[in-house]
Amino acid sequence: MQYKIEVVDKPGIFDAIGQGVRKDILDLGINSVKEVKFIQCYILEGNLTENQAITICRELLTDKVAQEYRIVSSSGKAPLKANHPALSDRPVRASALQHIVEIAYNPGVMDPVEASVLKGIRDLGILGAESVKTAKKYILYGKLSASQLKTISEKLLYNKLIQHIVGPSLPQGDIKHQPGYYFNLVTVELLKATDARLLEISKKGQLFLNLDEMRRIRDYFRKQKRQPVDCELETIAQTWSEHCYHKTFRGNIAYKESRAVPALGNMSIKGLLKSTIMKATKELNKSWCVSVFKDNAGVIRFDEKNNICFKVETHNHPSALEPFGGANTGIGGVIRDPMGTGMGAKPILNSDIFCFAPPDLEFNKVPAGSLHPKRVMKGVVSGVRDYGNKMGIPTVNGAILFHKDFAGNPLVYCGTVGIMPKDKSFKKTNPGDLVVVVGGATGRDGIHGATFSSGELTHESETISSGAVQIGNPIQEKKILDTILQARDKNLYSAITDCGAGGLSSAVGEMGAELGAKVYLDRVPLKYSGLSYMEIWISESQERMVLSVPCGNIDKLIELFASEDVEATVIGEFTNTKRLELYYEDNLVCDLDMHFLHDGIPQVTKKAVYTQPRHKEPKIPLKKNLAADLLKLLAHYDICSKEWIIRQYDHEVQGGSVIKPLTGIVNDGPSDASVTRPLFGCRKGIIISNGINFRFGFIDPYWMAASCIDEALRQIIAVGGSLEEVAILDNFCWGNPDKPDRLGSLVRAAYGCYDAAKAYGVPFISGKDSLYNEFSVHGRSTAIPGTLLISAISVMKDINKSVSMYAKEPGNLVYIAGKTRDELGGSHYYDLYNAIGNQVPKLKYRESKRTFTALSKAAEKGLVESMHDCSDGGLAVALSEMAFSGGLGAEIFLSEAPYESSNPRNDFLLFSESNSRFVVEVERKNKERFEKILKGADFGLAGCLTGGNNFKIYGLDGKLCVDADTRRLKESWQKPLSW
Amino acid sequence: MKKIKVCILRSAGTNCDKETAAAFKIAGAEPELLHINSLVSRKRVLGDFHILALPGGFSYGDDIASGKIFANELRFKLADSLRQFIAEGKLIIGICNGFQILVKSGLLPGSKDLKQDTSLIINDSGKFEARWVYLKPGGKCVWTKGLKKAIYLPVAHGEGKFVTQDRSVLNRLKKNRQVVFQYCDAEGRLCAYPGNPNGSIENIAGITDQTGRILGLMPHPERHIYAAAHPRKWGLRFNREGDGLQIFRNGVEYVKENL
Repeated sequence: MQYKIEVVDKPGIFDAIGQGVRKDILDLGINSVKEVKFIQCYILEGNLTENQAITICRELLTDKVAQEYRIVSSSGKAPLKANHPALSDRPVRASALQHIVEIAYNPGVMDPVEASVLKGIRDLGILGAESVKTAKKYILYGKLSASQLKTISEKLLYNKLIQHIVGPSLPQGDIKHQPGYYFNLVTVELLKATDARLLEISKKGQLFLNLDEMRRIRDYFRKQKRQPVDCELETIAQTWSEHCYHKTFRGNIAYKESRAVPALGNMSIKGLLKSTIMKATKELNKSWCVSVFKDNAGVIRFDEKNNICFKVETHNHPSALEPFGGANTGIGGVIRDPMGTGMGAKPILNSDIFCFAPPDLEFNKVPAGSLHPKRVMKGVVSGVRDYGNKMGIPTVNGAILFHKDFAGNPLVYCGTVGIMPKDKSFKKTNPGDLVVVVGGATGRDGIHGATFSSGELTHESETISSGAVQIGNPIQEKKILDTILQARDKNLYSAITDCGAGGLSSAVGEMGAELGAKVYLDRVPLKYSGLSYMEIWISESQERMVLSVPCGNIDKLIELFASEDVEATVIGEFTNTKRLELYYEDNLVCDLDMHFLHDGIPQVTKKAVYTQPRHKEPKIPLKKNLAADLLKLLAHYDICSKEWIIRQYDHEVQGGSVIKPLTGIVNDGPSDASVTRPLFGCRKGIIISNGINFRFGFIDPYWMAASCIDEALRQIIAVGGSLEEVAILDNFCWGNPDKPDRLGSLVRAAYGCYDAAKAYGVPFISGKDSLYNEFSVHGRSTAIPGTLLISAISVMKDINKSVSMYAKEPGNLVYIAGKTRDELGGSHYYDLYNAIGNQVPKLKYRESKRTFTALSKAAEKGLVESMHDCSDGGLAVALSEMAFSGGLGAEIFLSEAPYESSNPRNDFLLFSESNSRFVVEVERKNKERFEKILKGADFGLAGCLTGGNNFKIYGLDGKLCVDADTRRLKESWQKPLSW
Repeated sequence: MKKIKVCILRSAGTNCDKETAAAFKIAGAEPELLHINSLVSRKRVLGDFHILALPGGFSYGDDIASGKIFANELRFKLADSLRQFIAEGKLIIGICNGFQILVKSGLLPGSKDLKQDTSLIINDSGKFEARWVYLKPGGKCVWTKGLKKAIYLPVAHGEGKFVTQDRSVLNRLKKNRQVVFQYCDAEGRLCAYPGNPNGSIENIAGITDQTGRILGLMPHPERHIYAAAHPRKWGLRFNREGDGLQIFRNGVEYVKENL
């Protein structure tokens, strides 16, 4: 029997979902839709009587107080119940004024609600239900043309990669009902293949392997005197993919540059990562670094008993194709990194940084095959919201930046910090341990994710690579987390790692790299039948972890997981053969030498060229009044308030939030970094911050990298932290590294990282690169702006020393610390004039360190009432934000600000984005003490806070150059993204 | 000293269990995290505890509707032991998702046959809202004893709009003094969005049953145990008490004195 059930709000109940859709339709420029009604549909199948179906509707699917239901079909019979206009006796029919769009998931796409509904039905004592599908139905009231309806459906209501419009015909066939799989060993004719054939095999199989690599594989199998099984080829492709192996960062580079300052000179680099990022860490050699660049996340010391770990990942390509699912599984994936670090850490906070094209981009400028940036942005935010909130991990830090070149390829960075006991920070798999897969079942989803992200996106990616797109199931992951931490504390397993890109192939391959492993693929629990051995092995189905478990513990372990409804299955064992052996129903389907798999990849030398670009310097006329420019800057998408997004993330869960992402007298000002107290009653805190500014990279990626590090560090200083125990992470998102210019700028950025990290004494502990971020339409390729995210983490000794950014008291003094230079290159001020310029902010490390150290000491002594770092929009934006967040006015005299210029100008001083600068509020009674501590650093007493709403800045000539109302400033800052 | 035992009942998707346990511990009780499966399988019994706490989170992913599946587990698998628990004069608190569960299981506002006549539905804004709100205490409830001025707590939910079956249910709640928290401004005056973050009727943020021993509320008192969590008073030094602690202490004190 099949029943289709519709649930709808009762009359008089406000339909918030329908209203939201109506608003989005208005955004599309379609004004004729007067109302949208949302209907939730369920399709139940199984051995169910009509009375049982009614019970299910009444007791489970409908909220009696607010909703009504109707069974619209029961295997052809007439509808059963009708008491609502939208559910009238005659089913709603489409007409010129009434349009119906019903959206359902494609077969094979995981519907996270299915398992819950089935459980709910069993709880009612009804055991006959076999499957549940859900669908969303929208009734649009108003006059619409067929093409308008199509626009609304495609641009707002569904994504054809994972969903379809339900037609009047029968529902699409359920994937569960497809025929089973019969074993059939597939080998690939490789031994005699020509070069052309090798490339064809790589391309057709979506292996993304180059000719050298294909030849190396052919040679290996020639020695084995046999053709490879498809599964073996796939395993090698996964392991050697850019995504998993990081060929660019680990390989050799022949680098040439011209005109660059500082000059790095032409050189041949043996391993970019080793020569820059890891080198800084090695040379700094900090005792509090526990585990760096080894595990799934970098680990540092927190206190006597605990360590903390941090990992930031990207999920760009999946988010481009399906923003909700891409971001959803992106955050889900990075959360599993701390869970799979050491013996498993408990995730305690998330950070999310995105780059999109401007949300008001004209529809005709959206590249073919791409979604509109506003849709991408809303989807990504929802995806992160859904997963982060449901995992119960506070999202405490983030940033969002905009540039038109992210239109085809947005950036989605997700980071997670975890905490674990000191003695659980390392793992060791032993021969004889069992391979246990824990969590979700394996399906056909996410196949080729690792290799897919190692190539460029094209306008055809949405059809070719749609298998790489998935939807996450956060509650499944939460169940795994709950049980894993218990199993860890009972010492039931010897090692753990997550199933990420490459699925079991990567997880088991890594854990058994030094030992060897034997896996019986037919024992892996499946979502549905029909998967081949190879699909099982490389599927990237979400929410799975792999454990190595000593034989003696296995019963206890399985029992523990079962007690909370988590599946744990033995699928093989770790050996000491140094071979990867896979079986399917007693057939050997893979037998590879671990050494060849992990170290056999041919070393390549890539070419890199960097030529310093020269941009036009804008000619901006001198102006007496700069208030208008300030208002425009505050409304710049990069700078404006992100409150609409931040409020959708739970930033208080776990109860440890101290400095929150929003702060101020009405909690709406922009905090610099976040401070979290991870343990109840503990004095120590964790500071998280980030630095990202791709605009500087248009001029010189070297200084961009150094400035990103400076930005992350000055945010830590701004909340009362110090440089003492700060670790940083690098995440490079770049274009195609096979193109010498892209790689040249990447090299320069990496050297900028080394120099800044060394100078500030902050080691890198982990990082990740995502290359091939290019989008091509019919062969014409656009690279994203090379973007580096620096994430910083620091242990704060005493959370009571935290400082927030909003102005506190009228009469308090306002200091400006750090020297401003005429470094307008890449600034947002120049962006207002569509210019980039050439004077990129640079760094004088000794000077910066003096400022940082002094301010840190002043905060530690309790002398700082508020502090805000100067970043996007410079001094003027920082002063404005501080004032309006505190509900106060200010009087500022620019002549007192530390300023070095051959041609001093008010606008340059106000809007330059020079590094290492702060605005600081100090009580009058602390003036002498504060100034004594700051002695030797660049600072000036620039004015004071005032009551009321007047925001006045006097220029270098002593004349008023900004005279604004703080309410007006705030309004301008809040408006652009207040959807 | 008598041990006050608190059952922090969790399921798949519960995520405020640890901080709720911490709050009870600081208030002087002995909390224990318990998975609902161990009650359903009779491995453990509710009778071992004085207080039942349903913490926040997304039980079963908020699938179908928030709290619904968990509520049905209570209704169809644990109804008898819950009735007995209540009859013995013991206490129940449901926070956020816990409140949703109490309402959808009919434990709140409370009737013998566990009939649901109020609900918590999607916020008027159509989205998840994480923000700090002021709450005006009122009504008659052991959990809110001594609270006079508006207290300040964070909310974080997508489905928190309180509605009643009809006007008479609302009138009954008011008449019986079952409305215990209303969203308000800093001065205690009822206010509109965002002060009322979800559009609840009459700004209702929390209710109790007729005995005053079962409390459900959308805001999170367990997130404001220390002043350090306050968005603006973090300067108020280490481990000073936050607005949420009194609620937990009231529960513990009540058990000490009455059970």
